[in-house]
Amino acid sequence: MKAKHQRLILALAALVALVGAGLLAASALKDEAAYFYAPNDVKTKGVEPGKPIRLGGMVVKGSLKRAADGVTIHFDVSDGKATVPATFSGIAPDLFKEGSGVVAEGSFNGQGMFVATNLLAKHDERYMPRELEGMSYNESTHEMKVER
Amino acid sequence: MIAETGLAALWLAAALALLQLVLAFAGLKGGKTELLAAVRPAAVAQGVLTAIAFAALITLFLRSDMSVLLVVTNSHSMKPWLYKFAGTWGNHEGSMLLWVTVMGVAGAAVALFERALQRNAHMATLGGQAAISLGFYAFLLFSSNPFARIDPAPADGQGLNPLLQDPGLAFHPPTLYLGYVGLSVAFSFAIGALLTRQVDAAFARAMRPWVLAAWVLLTLGITAGSYWAYYELGWGGWWFWDPVENASLMPWLAATALLHSVTVLATRDALRAWTVMLAVVAFSMSMVGTFLVRSGILTSVHAFAVDPTRGSFILGLLALYIGGALALFGWRIGSVREGAPFELVSRETMLVVNNLLLTVILGLVLIGTLYPLMTEAFGHKVSVGAPYFDRIAGPIALALMVAMAAGPLTRWRKDQAQAVGKRLLVPLCIALLVSISLSLFAWGRIGILPFLGLVIAVAVGVGSLAPLWKRKLLRTPLFTYGMVVAHLGCAVSLAGMACDSAFTVEKLVAARPGDVIQTAGWSLRFRQIAPIAGDNWTALQAEMDARRGGSSVLIRPQSRFFASPPTTTSEAALLTRWDGQLYVVLGEEVEGGRWQLRIWWKPFVTLIWLGGVMIALGGALALVGRERRGWLMKWRAREARL
Repeated sequence: MKAKHQRLILALAALVALVGAGLLAASALKDEAAYFYAPNDVKTKGVEPGKPIRLGGMVVKGSLKRAADGVTIHFDVSDGKATVPATFSGIAPDLFKEGSGVVAEGSFNGQGMFVATNLLAKHDERYMPRELEGMSYNESTHEMKVER
Repeated sequence: MIAETGLAALWLAAALALLQLVLAFAGLKGGKTELLAAVRPAAVAQGVLTAIAFAALITLFLRSDMSVLLVVTNSHSMKPWLYKFAGTWGNHEGSMLLWVTVMGVAGAAVALFERALQRNAHMATLGGQAAISLGFYAFLLFSSNPFARIDPAPADGQGLNPLLQDPGLAFHPPTLYLGYVGLSVAFSFAIGALLTRQVDAAFARAMRPWVLAAWVLLTLGITAGSYWAYYELGWGGWWFWDPVENASLMPWLAATALLHSVTVLATRDALRAWTVMLAVVAFSMSMVGTFLVRSGILTSVHAFAVDPTRGSFILGLLALYIGGALALFGWRIGSVREGAPFELVSRETMLVVNNLLLTVILGLVLIGTLYPLMTEAFGHKVSVGAPYFDRIAGPIALALMVAMAAGPLTRWRKDQAQAVGKRLLVPLCIALLVSISLSLFAWGRIGILPFLGLVIAVAVGVGSLAPLWKRKLLRTPLFTYGMVVAHLGCAVSLAGMACDSAFTVEKLVAARPGDVIQTAGWSLRFRQIAPIAGDNWTALQAEMDARRGGSSVLIRPQSRFFASPPTTTSEAALLTRWDGQLYVVLGEEVEGGRWQLRIWWKPFVTLIWLGGVMIALGGALALVGRERRGWLMKWRAREARL
């Protein structure tokens, strides 16, 4: 085989690999990229059940309830404008508490309940997920604020 | 005084780097030997000075000198000494100082020991190395001075993130950095070769040990990091596709491709331009990785909150070096002459396939990692997590494994498709046998990817031993063993990953002391909860008897509380058996005196890290095997002179 042909074949193979990879990435991103929603976004835009998203807001005071099995929790997530019920089975992070910010990864079920597969809370005062920045809770007015 | 000494050494080293750059290029331009003669001493002095600066910082941390800002924000006098020591690089400034130190010392090593390169290419390489270092010196000195003082000095420090207070994490960042910086040397070689138009087999032979060493260290660093995430975070996973993890995976993928193409260039003189390109890409990926981790621009489980202005500084450096290198590549690559030809069915082609697949995975990981950044620029917050990466990387990685099994069974330059098919017959038959027995044993219980993973792992395992078939084992060169061990390691890792994702059993319960929990053939008797205290933490510890058949073993999962900074961490209890690991995490107390417990039985999960260590060992064998002849010759020459 001539060197020219060989180079052509290699270039074609590289091109096919490149285009294939691009298409694969585009299709996978369309299905799997989890958009970040605040409860009000959920209410206004609507999220189809089963689609992976991240839900971010404050855990509403007095909403945290534990199921009888001891490992499932129910809580409400709010951004001050709207509230979404959520549930999680597992060991919650230590700084997950009422009146504190949370980012929950998961999806909605058919009944409009957010089923979290993972909860992100602050590690400590200094180490926290970036999405939690700008969330605050006013103890006296019970007002929640999510700046984005 | 110590802090000032360190800072002064750093400034001097930066000045020397500038001098080294000017001397190398002025000397090469004008052909002035007297200028070039000073390049090597400059590189050596630079290495010594950076080492002094780093030693100064370590001393400050060990002495808990609270007049230094970095020590105050990242250490505490009550901390065990090992973590004071490791705390030196467990933060932004310290890790950047470690970076320039490793670069300085590596530069000195290139200046002292590199003999394979022709002199002009050697000088251009040292000039390139100085150019890279210079950017990082500027970064340290102008935006992240590790020696800055604080006045008045506080009584004590704020502590180190307790997640980082672990022997595993104390030593894995330096390992990764050594790998990153090894790739910077490969990058400098490529720049030197392009500048002096010496892209040939000799250049590849000089570059190969650096690539191999960098690759071994990256492999070890990633393996250690993965095991750390597994046992320390208490989440039971070993790879989260977190941006910080991807930051080390991407250079590793590029280095793996480079390792294979540099071998083609060194032994067959083919793939010249492609090898140079990969050297540029590999170091670019370590810079991109540093940028992602250090800029705080991406959300990550590691979640370092870092000043964004530093991000723009690194982004500037990134643009300068990658852009500059690519421009140089575009300008000079036309003059790189074509290497030796090869046929379509040949070892070379298999290595090209390997390179293409690795590059595709690298591209897909890069897209997934950067996509959230791109969409955020358009006002959408997006996270791309494990589902995306599993879906795209899984199938291609399996294809790569198939190529890996076939590659070593093909001949260099020219081979017959039929003959290759014949040699592949044994692995193929074994793969078929495994699929049949696996279908009988676990049909419907196992997903398609883990199924294929197990089958391919066994086939690759057999295929990677094939090069030793009918050879005189004692006369087989060491680097062949290196290849065999590394490929076998990939098969072992793949088998571990497939077993873990297919057969893990998880149980989540809330239990009272006295309860017995049954899962996956194990029975765990919950004895009691007791408070205990460590050096700088207190903990609640559960005591449980784990029993499977015979006698029972006491295991103790803990929930640890650190006072400074106030943080709680989980210490999982791990029980290792030949066929897997029992993994128990203690959660919080719930109503009725019950405690949350998460129990995993993970069959053969340890194979993942065993494979990683084997891959690194294979690389080390290849390195020794390839270099030994050179060392022997050098040693004999010295003997003869004496």
